[in-house]
Amino acid sequence: MSGGAATVSSPSESRARAVVVGASAGAVEALTAILPALPESFPLPVLVVVHLPAETKSAFADLFNRQCRLAVREAEDKEPIRNGTVYFAPADYHLLVETDLRLSLSSEEPVLYSRPSIDVLFETAADAFGAGLIGIVLSGANSDGAQGLRAVMDAGGIGLVQRPDLSRAPAMPQAALDACPGAAVMTLQQISAYLEEFVPR
Amino acid sequence: MPDKTDKTDDIELRLLLDAICRKYHYDFRGYSLASMKRRLTLAKDHFACRTFSHLQDRVLHDPSVLPRLLSFMTVQVSELFRDPSYFQAIRQLVVPHLRTYPSLKVWVAGCSAGEELYSLVILFREEGLEERTLFYGTDINPEAFQKAEAGVYELDRIPQFTENHRRAGGKSSLSDYYTAAYGAAIFDKTLRRRAVFSDHSLVTDAVFAEVQLISCRNVLIYFDRPLQDRAVGLFKDSLTRRGFLGIGAKESLRFSADANAFSEFCRDNRIYQKQGGAV
Repeated sequence: MSGGAATVSSPSESRARAVVVGASAGAVEALTAILPALPESFPLPVLVVVHLPAETKSAFADLFNRQCRLAVREAEDKEPIRNGTVYFAPADYHLLVETDLRLSLSSEEPVLYSRPSIDVLFETAADAFGAGLIGIVLSGANSDGAQGLRAVMDAGGIGLVQRPDLSRAPAMPQAALDACPGAAVMTLQQISAYLEEFVPR
Repeated sequence: MPDKTDKTDDIELRLLLDAICRKYHYDFRGYSLASMKRRLTLAKDHFACRTFSHLQDRVLHDPSVLPRLLSFMTVQVSELFRDPSYFQAIRQLVVPHLRTYPSLKVWVAGCSAGEELYSLVILFREEGLEERTLFYGTDINPEAFQKAEAGVYELDRIPQFTENHRRAGGKSSLSDYYTAAYGAAIFDKTLRRRAVFSDHSLVTDAVFAEVQLISCRNVLIYFDRPLQDRAVGLFKDSLTRRGFLGIGAKESLRFSADANAFSEFCRDNRIYQKQGGAV
């Protein structure tokens, strides 16, 4: 495994406007290494899709709201995206970004058996934020997120992928890397450190 | 490129929606664009078109493209008794009020292939209200409400429907209502005896009946704010005083222009009641 970090622009030279994150099996562990570390002054919105069984009340927003310094909420339909806020997709709904930078929910068909779908979030966010988007694919056992990360990078955004060999479930980050050879491969600590550099000093 | 310039495909997307509206009077211009763009991208690939402009050319000059295109543009995803707790709440909290009416009208707005409407008919039959109720199922997609009228679903969906029905407090066995044949479940036509399916648009059409219950779940999320306001206004004007409106688990009237016309009746299941006073 070679650290692909050399290809990624440093936070100071990027015009990042938002972060999207996708995680599946192993999500709690991976997100726990990233979200609580973000300081109150983190300037970007963070949109997160985690795969959950449909009937789960999405406890993730509550769980992380207690652990995070940023406000963590479940996304609501048509709400304007605020900086410095973490939004989780509700269970059983896709989360999309409108070009006027509002959030939308949808109960369309699952994509790759998943609703919410990481691809749907990433593709619509890439459309709305263009080169200003950072896409992060974390641990997971399927291939959701690979096409989405590709869309992020095709739009000029930045792709970060958790090191598959250090992921609880390596299939998803590996699929993302296969689809996006230009993405940076990082440990959770490196992803966390990368994001912290966006904080204005 | 400056952010203010619309991307070419977004320009084409709006022109396509405009063309469909002018030519066929299906008005999708107030729909949420992110989801519409995804679905039209699937349609573009399906029709082997390079661009939305190319798709526009096809649909303008070949009317036979329209029905298939509509199936991409409208979301038709539902289940019998989807979100069982919603139907529990209808049964336990709304039905006692409905019992006080000598005759009832129920409107399922955006009925798609009929799952929601059949769920309500079965629930009303179990509660002894079916005989005094007329059920309206409306949709803009003729293909959808033709499916609803047929009442035929793939057999592999039945286990989920059965489980939902049970969790919704079903008092009968779902198998009482359908016959399985050739990989399909055909729902009993007596369920349709008191049902009317028709073409109605929340975007362009008006009030057509005075009803006591409207169920319109996971439809408003596909609309932008002004269109959501229009639909909710239509619901307000269609409901009798103290009538009930059920919307999707992640939908809300909170930001609606007519929010004050409704009170939260069952917050957890997004059931609202129209206020009784002068509104």
